[in-house]
Amino acid sequence: MAQNTRTVPAGTPTNVTQKHTKGGIGESTLRPDGTLKVTGEFAYSSDMWHEDMLWGQTLRSTVAHAEIVSIDISEALAMPGVYSVLTYDDLPAEMKNYGLEIQDTPVLAHGRVRHHGEPVALVAADHPETARRAAAKIKIEYKELPLVTDEASALAPGAPLIHEGRDDHHIGHVPHPNIVHRQPIIRGNVEEARKRADVIVEGEYTFGMQDQAFLGPESGLAVPSEDGGVELYVATQWLHSDLGQIAPVLGLPPEKVRMTLSGVGGAFGGREDISMQIHACLLALATNKPVKIVYNRFESFFGHVHRHPAKLYYEHGATKDGKLTHMKCKIVLDGGAYASASPAVVGNASSLSVGPYVLEDVDIEAIALYTNNPPCGAMRGFGAVQACFAYEAQMDKLAAKLGMDPVEFRQLNAMEMGTVMPTGQVVDAPAPVAELLRRVKARPLPPERQWETAGENADVRALPGGLSNTTHGESVVRGVGYAVGIKNVGFSEGFDDYSTARVRLEVINGEPVAMVHTAMAEVGQGGITVHAQIARTELGVTQVTIHPADTQVGSAGSTSASRQTYMTGGAVKNTCEAVREALLEIGRRKNGSYHPAWATAELLLEGGKVVTDGGEVLADIAEILEDEAIDLELEYRHHPTVPFDLVTGQGNGHVQYTFAAHRAVVEVDTELGLVKVVELATAQDVGKALNMLSVVGQIQGGTTQGLGVAIMEEIIVDPKTAKVRNPSFTDYLIPTILDTPTIPVDVLELADPKAPYGLRGMGEAPTLSSTPAVIAAIRQATGLDINKTPIRPEMLTGTL
Amino acid sequence: MRVNFTVNGRPQEADDVWEGESLLYVLRERMGLPGSKNACEQGECGSCTVRLDGVPVCSCLVAAGQVEGRDVVTVEGLAEFAKQRDEHGHGGACGTGGGCGSKGGVSLDEAKRWQSKPGDSQTGEGVELSNIQQAFIDAGAVQCGFCTPGLLVQADALLEENSSPSDQDIREALSGNLCRCTGYEKILDAVRLAAARQSEAV
Repeated sequence: MAQNTRTVPAGTPTNVTQKHTKGGIGESTLRPDGTLKVTGEFAYSSDMWHEDMLWGQTLRSTVAHAEIVSIDISEALAMPGVYSVLTYDDLPAEMKNYGLEIQDTPVLAHGRVRHHGEPVALVAADHPETARRAAAKIKIEYKELPLVTDEASALAPGAPLIHEGRDDHHIGHVPHPNIVHRQPIIRGNVEEARKRADVIVEGEYTFGMQDQAFLGPESGLAVPSEDGGVELYVATQWLHSDLGQIAPVLGLPPEKVRMTLSGVGGAFGGREDISMQIHACLLALATNKPVKIVYNRFESFFGHVHRHPAKLYYEHGATKDGKLTHMKCKIVLDGGAYASASPAVVGNASSLSVGPYVLEDVDIEAIALYTNNPPCGAMRGFGAVQACFAYEAQMDKLAAKLGMDPVEFRQLNAMEMGTVMPTGQVVDAPAPVAELLRRVKARPLPPERQWETAGENADVRALPGGLSNTTHGESVVRGVGYAVGIKNVGFSEGFDDYSTARVRLEVINGEPVAMVHTAMAEVGQGGITVHAQIARTELGVTQVTIHPADTQVGSAGSTSASRQTYMTGGAVKNTCEAVREALLEIGRRKNGSYHPAWATAELLLEGGKVVTDGGEVLADIAEILEDEAIDLELEYRHHPTVPFDLVTGQGNGHVQYTFAAHRAVVEVDTELGLVKVVELATAQDVGKALNMLSVVGQIQGGTTQGLGVAIMEEIIVDPKTAKVRNPSFTDYLIPTILDTPTIPVDVLELADPKAPYGLRGMGEAPTLSSTPAVIAAIRQATGLDINKTPIRPEMLTGTL
Repeated sequence: MRVNFTVNGRPQEADDVWEGESLLYVLRERMGLPGSKNACEQGECGSCTVRLDGVPVCSCLVAAGQVEGRDVVTVEGLAEFAKQRDEHGHGGACGTGGGCGSKGGVSLDEAKRWQSKPGDSQTGEGVELSNIQQAFIDAGAVQCGFCTPGLLVQADALLEENSSPSDQDIREALSGNLCRCTGYEKILDAVRLAAARQSEAV
């Protein structure tokens, strides 16, 4: 059987087999890598090891915007144990930049640094500490340049241009070179519609810079190969996208860069961009030795892009009977120094800025800026998160002004199948927005003031402040808040979004075995679990082997945009169907003359046998195959989309929509400004749950990331210096188990007829509405008008 | 410097240890035991939690030199550790220098009595899992799994001290272990499940 037989790293996740289990789609089968992960044997990218291996270290800029006057590497190079020191001058190819869409990111800074933490030089040494000390001995002279830190400074007359001489395809339509991309959406007539409004509300909202904060740091191992190429074992979200960016800057043809996915410790969008991949390859090729790079947490905060912080300006109107009349908004996303995924984030923010509501008259504009702040790009929710925070606050404001219940107001305006989006796209699959809200609202509320009613069993740990014992409930108030959101699934705006799967069916030890080979990055979401389930369902076998993800098979696209089960799951399904057809063809050839059902009946594969739809067994799969193997590789595409018009924003840009609703119950100690989220109930439509255990796990995880941004998570960038002030888990806080409440989950399964099995991509949606629900609950508890994430204690105590 | 200590029941010797090296680095890079994870290396996330003379510690905050003559249990040895505990009981007999506190724990002598067993490092087949390890798999508490080793060591220590923890007890005990994937609900489920199975087994 085809297997990865490379001997290099200690235990790349390889042959995961589940034996003697039915385990088809719809069952909550367990993770095939679960045992490895609970025993510590699973090899994450930071666990890679190779004999004679060196350690790579990156030297990063200590200033945000400066000209590099000089770099002196002599002292670093002279240190015992140091094998190589590389700067911009050592880059081997003409191509010296990379980027997801716009190649504007230097592999190593050339002449100028544009943000705090930008890579400037690389060191390879025989011990990580030696590499760190050597990097610290590199002397760089900077001449600081004026900073661009926000919309005003980016667009001011005479503002420094972050990228002079831009020649990307967005430059022709943006009003200023410090704007990466601009997407307006104009539909209907806002001025006319406004006349119908009985109430109008305006709001200005600020969304802080969130970090993916995956636990496994950026890391990997590059091994030079005999043909002058390199093998790279790395944690990423999209092997082939990395490959397309790595090979040109190494000056190698793509076939000489062989990539294998190693264990990924979470991603959430933070691994869509290149981090250490190219650096490790450069050092390996320069030293002709294997080189491992592992970021520490501090460096990880500089090593990946973050969620775009945003300013959002909204105006909504409604009639006195609660119907929305119009919406105007401007969304300003801070993309930081390099483009990363900013153009696509702009497309999402604008096209989803209305939320899951019926609104025919809109005037929308979204832009992303180039600034000297840290680069921002993909993170779970991707532009839809920021918009959801704002439009849901607006819904609450409108409901309050009209004296209506906030849930009823939303339900009154909720979109449904057939609704026309502001882009003109018709929602052509179930859109159970009102129903999701109904479900979270109908759930019984957790008991109030438990610390009083529990008597002797009262547990101070349940109060805001918890173990710190800061209150016994004197100033604690409760609030309940609701929110619902809409997210697109898959890559939009005409992107050729496809995935590839190779499926091999053969007989091993008398039993039919399917091998599934894709380049899908398993980042923890459970894709490998559902691939095995799909293969079992389609091929009727119990044994499925998941081949390690590598670049020896076609691209699977990115593990992002809630697309992998749809796309690579779809590819596995399609390829299995073709394998099944090929098997039946062999069966017809061999056995067709013995039984008429081979030609006349609908044939299925079940329990290792070919059966008719009436349940009659025709043959064993093993008997049909004998020594033959069926081995097919096919691509799968979703229905095509088109780019949004650059003036009107019209166009069928999205593949599929996904919806989630939340109800948050919070308790706030108004004296100390401490928030305890008591419960965060969720309802989501997933179309079809291929694996309910994984689905619920994703919903709870996504919900918690939304909770984090509501009450604690923010990368703080000093506005005067554009330097990051909290790059550590001491200072950048993510929710602990004490901060995270019970998360009851209600899953709907309304099939999308166009999707494989009717499924709906679901990983991102729960992150959207969780944040506004928590903040709505805090507003309700405190009566304060809060328009910013994350909430800080001083915002609740009036001591800001 | 040279450091002698016991890891998962086996005496180990590490040579040329740089004085600033952490126990985590020695385990991962010198002993070939990468199960303890390097997520923050600052004592904030709990991913590198091991038992040091029975006490759960962040191995990133322990200097390698501090473990001279002491006993370390990592996630790789957790199943065998739990098995031997079940067979021999722990009885709360802490060594004087063990620092295992008033609530019990596993003593140095007890820790020395057991040996780890090799498993199939690729498929995990044939590996005997501890109660808490199996519960994490069954409850769906493992996603990316990077936090899992630390959580397992911490949760196992909790259940050793408190066989029927309340939800608040579990939350308190695991509050030093960050997880970014699960939202913790299934981790709570796993600990509850392990506790229930433990009480059934008694």
